[in-house]
Amino acid sequence: MDYPSALAAIVGGSLIGASAALLLFSYKHTAGISGIAAGLLPPWPAGNAWRVWFLAGLIASAPLAKLAGADPVPELQASPALLALAGLLVGYGSRLGGGCTSGHGVCGIARLSPRSLVATLTFMLSAGITVFLIRHWL
Amino acid sequence: MKHGLIIFCYGLLFGLGLVIAGMSNPAKVVAFLDVAGAWDPSLALVMASALATLGGARHWLHRNTDAADREQDSCPTPANIDARLIGGAAIFGVGWGISGFCPGPALVGLSAGLAGNYAFVGAMLAGFYLFKRLHRNL
Repeated sequence: MDYPSALAAIVGGSLIGASAALLLFSYKHTAGISGIAAGLLPPWPAGNAWRVWFLAGLIASAPLAKLAGADPVPELQASPALLALAGLLVGYGSRLGGGCTSGHGVCGIARLSPRSLVATLTFMLSAGITVFLIRHWL
Repeated sequence: MKHGLIIFCYGLLFGLGLVIAGMSNPAKVVAFLDVAGAWDPSLALVMASALATLGGARHWLHRNTDAADREQDSCPTPANIDARLIGGAAIFGVGWGISGFCPGPALVGLSAGLAGNYAFVGAMLAGFYLFKRLHRNL
């Protein structure tokens, strides 16, 4: 890890934390992306418009970053078929476990929830094992 | 509408945080998860600084609000750590490890227009929906 990427990680993380804090304190919503996005699918929870606004901002961030000179094109790590399988696991698993990287890993741990700490350690471990198997065994 | 635009900006802030931190790029996420390879630990700093920012903001707010507001801020979550939590997080982690995508970065990547990115997000939404259909009582 070089100095610029460490600095970028700290700045980027602070923005994520600031966004979550603003959403929580001004609107009492948790910035868990899987929970926010899952609310767009039926059966719909009440008062859904804020989810659309937040996700629209999230999606619009990449073109904005590009205008500012960044290159936010993702380097995909698997074939479309394998990415579809991964997406299904991420979607289903995050709802079964009640959160994802943002909901458990940031918002949950920040409020010192033991559930979120356990969930975060679990998905870090299973993701680490998965990457190890794919990269060093297959 | 006014609140919608504010929440849009919070989403924008969250997404810019992911892009600046490098977390919107699945190649960097997999490099973070690949402890046995050329490990890139910088994403640990993303989480640490997001937690420090949100945790610090929570702490500051709690010191400056009365007890009633404090109660409002902490939304109720089930306190139990059970098989559902662990299983869901483990499934989520497998998908995260295969793809390097969790929900936020996958949505941020959409505007790049890559087929694999669309496949992931489409399947993720299907996973959310599948969960809602299968576990109506949860």
